[in-house]
Amino acid sequence: MITLTDQAFDPGTLMSDFCRGRTETGAVASFVGLARAEGGAAAVLELDAYPGFTEAQIALHVATAQGRFELQDVRIVHRIGAIVPGEPIVFVATAASHRRAAFEACDFLMDYLKSRAPFWKKETGPDGARWIEPRPQDLSDLARWETP
Amino acid sequence: MAKVLLFGALSDLAGWREKTLEAKSVADLRHLLAAEDAGLGLALDGAGVQVAVDQAIVRHDAALTAASEVAFLPPMSGG
Repeated sequence: MITLTDQAFDPGTLMSDFCRGRTETGAVASFVGLARAEGGAAAVLELDAYPGFTEAQIALHVATAQGRFELQDVRIVHRIGAIVPGEPIVFVATAASHRRAAFEACDFLMDYLKSRAPFWKKETGPDGARWIEPRPQDLSDLARWETP
Repeated sequence: MAKVLLFGALSDLAGWREKTLEAKSVADLRHLLAAEDAGLGLALDGAGVQVAVDQAIVRHDAALTAASEVAFLPPMSGG
């Protein structure tokens, strides 16, 4: 399930809910991304998304992950709107029979979410506002998954 | 009438997120928007700007129907 929300969320609650009632899941891996203050340079982060389109594009990538790894289930929650430093931005959890698939699929999904997913990110600090592009590191992280 | 949506830096530049315009194609719509706001016209032609019609990415010369929703998407930054 994929959710975009403009409300703060609790990763612990999401994790407990995701793990509940799984008698055939041997492994759940998760990732939580938090908004960084950048030493005071980023007072507020604003994430713009295209509701409907953004979830559909992420769902296509989840389907790719399901084809690539032996996954049982995926949960993604992503903040949109204004986010202050320290707040969770993204939660990804993957469930599989065995740990390797869960770890790798979580990593794979995060590399996509951080570099190619349909979000537009603006950082506002003491020096004004600027739109953020993916870092070169985000793009090289994504390239790790490309087959030669 | 087409519902036109702008996202990210495009919406900041134009000063609006959504408006309704009469256009027969995406190309037609870009001409209208450029005539209204030359700066926005240049930005819409910028590298990496994609167009979605009814939430599907299309070519820049796609036709529009009466109920089309047209979104101009600047390069996506990820979350």
